[in-house]
Amino acid sequence: MSQAAAAAVALPRAETSQAPLRRTYRFELVKLLAQWPIRLVLAACLLGPGLFVAIVSQQSSLPSDTVFGRWMGQTGWAGPLVILGFSCSWVLPLLTSLVAGDVFASEDRLGTWRHLLVAVRSPRRIFAAKALASLTVIVLLAAGLAVSGIVGGLAAVGNRPLVGLDGHLLTSGQAATAVLLAWVSVLVPTLAFAAVGLLGSVTLGRSPMGLIVPALFALVLQVAQLLPLPVIVRVALPSYAFIGWRGLFTDAGQTGPLLAGLAVDLAWIVVAAALAYRLFMRRDFTNLAYDGIGRRVLVRGVLPLTALFAVSIAVIAGTTSASGSGVDKRKLERSLSTAFAHLYVMQTDELHRPAVTEGQLGSHASCDKGGSRVDDVGAGNDWRCVVRWGLPGSKATGSAVYQLDVTPDGRYVADGDGPQEVNGFFQVHTSTGDAPNPLWQFDGAVDLLTPIRGD
Amino acid sequence: MSEGLAVRARGIGKSFGEVVALGGVDLDIAEGEVHGLVGPNGAGKTTLLGLLLGLAQADAGELEILGSPVRRTLAVQDGVAGFVDGPGLYPALSARQNLAALARLRGDGTDGIDDALAQVGLTDVADDRVRGFSLGMRQRLGLAAALLTKPRLLVLDEPANGLDPAGSRHVNRVLTRLAAHGTSVVLSSHRMDDLAALCSDVTILAAGRVVFSGPLSDLAADTDALDYRLRVSDPAVGRRVADETPEVRVLPDDDLGQRHDAEALLVRATMPALDTLVARLVGAGVGVRELAPVVAPLEAAFLALTGSQNLRSEGVNQ
Repeated sequence: MSQAAAAAVALPRAETSQAPLRRTYRFELVKLLAQWPIRLVLAACLLGPGLFVAIVSQQSSLPSDTVFGRWMGQTGWAGPLVILGFSCSWVLPLLTSLVAGDVFASEDRLGTWRHLLVAVRSPRRIFAAKALASLTVIVLLAAGLAVSGIVGGLAAVGNRPLVGLDGHLLTSGQAATAVLLAWVSVLVPTLAFAAVGLLGSVTLGRSPMGLIVPALFALVLQVAQLLPLPVIVRVALPSYAFIGWRGLFTDAGQTGPLLAGLAVDLAWIVVAAALAYRLFMRRDFTNLAYDGIGRRVLVRGVLPLTALFAVSIAVIAGTTSASGSGVDKRKLERSLSTAFAHLYVMQTDELHRPAVTEGQLGSHASCDKGGSRVDDVGAGNDWRCVVRWGLPGSKATGSAVYQLDVTPDGRYVADGDGPQEVNGFFQVHTSTGDAPNPLWQFDGAVDLLTPIRGD
Repeated sequence: MSEGLAVRARGIGKSFGEVVALGGVDLDIAEGEVHGLVGPNGAGKTTLLGLLLGLAQADAGELEILGSPVRRTLAVQDGVAGFVDGPGLYPALSARQNLAALARLRGDGTDGIDDALAQVGLTDVADDRVRGFSLGMRQRLGLAAALLTKPRLLVLDEPANGLDPAGSRHVNRVLTRLAAHGTSVVLSSHRMDDLAALCSDVTILAAGRVVFSGPLSDLAADTDALDYRLRVSDPAVGRRVADETPEVRVLPDDDLGQRHDAEALLVRATMPALDTLVARLVGAGVGVRELAPVVAPLEAAFLALTGSQNLRSEGVNQ
């Protein structure tokens, strides 16, 4: 011991102070936003969708295979919905991968955990700050996508009414509200993916696997959504709310599946974040050799989430009367006749024929799937429907044939198959020039969860 | 509570599973003392430094830091700063941004950043991203980050790692100045020359236990005969005189472990015997051109106390 000890004077008692959450959060935010991949992605989110919508809206060939794509040339509100559809498939899960999937693992790679712990002195606050900072950046990126798409659409096409998924016309104000609600609603599944990303980042150590967990998860769920799963399983998937927003664009809103999907996602957010928190708090930060929890990830991460999935299925089965695929003859007939009536009125207006209302048309549809040897249930492109309607002052009954391609998520494309004067032409001649024929081909959606009364 | 001690540890034990990292370690570090921590790889140095920074909790024993007992993880007092296992910097941020972010995190002002950067000689690269920094520059920036908090106890794990000789001297000056102003410094290092130049006291750990702790001068006194390299004007006469001097043993040339030098002798002797040899050489008219320990006294003591001659190849001379 040095002479200093001999001449020592009692040291004053010092305080032990933890860095407040607010400052820790700002620290994490600074670190995230300083990363060039995130800056690059933010710039892409702010510019890409706007440019895409503005350019595609001016083309003669529109992405009609995407929901609302066929309306991109008619209203500025269709563009952000096309962007939303694409984002839900890939962009949002990839963004969560980039941000949440690496927020813990990056400290392992940089060897900065001990430094951070000494500075903050609270693993709990570090976890909360990292989760909140990730959430902030993800919301910022999603907001960039939405705002860019909306600005691009409105600038290129204009603030005009939007045709909903049941053919009814949403005024500009209604369209704006629905578009914003749709973007807000997909934040919930996005955050569910982010929570899974946090869990991956905590459990997989410095491995880049944490980065691809949400993307891999999204891929698996995408494949699952394509399979002919029972509706209670489909809605229990945390990716369902990524398509459930379509229910906001029908006149009697198909909000049941969306709300169920959002509830499932909230449960995933809570459980995945709680698992990540528990594993993080149990970590020994003095162990320099730590590199994730290895195979225990199956028991501590995958198994609880699988149990959550099973519980979600049980709850949905117990609280709804949904069964089978959720797609059946009566639902399709109801949906198709409604959409047809709305679009017929629109066509009438475009062609300046005598005005008619949906009620006066009294349209009804009759559908059959694959002939008499196939049950009239489930998805498929072999649905054939005949829509019949009447006109005021006429005893004649009109009829039109449609081939329906119904996907397992309840969306369908109705393709006109005659007569020519109703749905045979791509465009109609109006007094102001050519316009798309709304009855030639249109999108629709059936409510997977809610049975038709009388069933 | 122990007055005047920045660190007081008694019987500190820490295990990781079945591996005992520290087994009953006692340690006293006074205010204003620069204390070296030496030991072979796996001796428990980093574990002990981690305990001082509050990164872990000891399984056994008592630990007081800056006069207050530490009874749980991350509960060390304010005024303790430093790093283990690298300085912990963010490559996407510049040197200044790293320090500013850290200062804001701790609720300190950013006024001291320029001074901290100047102290460690990084003013010219203050706005460069850390991504492009060498290991030595990162070490210095890590030290600057610790200085920002105006520490009363500075804990540094291998601070000289990656530093060139000029950088090493620069850091040594900073640490010496801090100690002069009352800051206690604990540092581990494999570089014996740095420790000898910087530390007033050292603790040598081996297999989680203290094998020596105290002033360097005591360590030198504990040391037995050392090997010296002797270059004289007449090697033949020099060898004869050395052979005839009591308690001096001339070792074979190949023990030098270096390139062959016809004018050099390798002798093993205690300090008094060495004095006698030099006097006899001068008396015999032989000029003494060089006399230096082959292994520095601290390193020799380290090797003797840890019983690990083979550790020289594992980085003691890094």
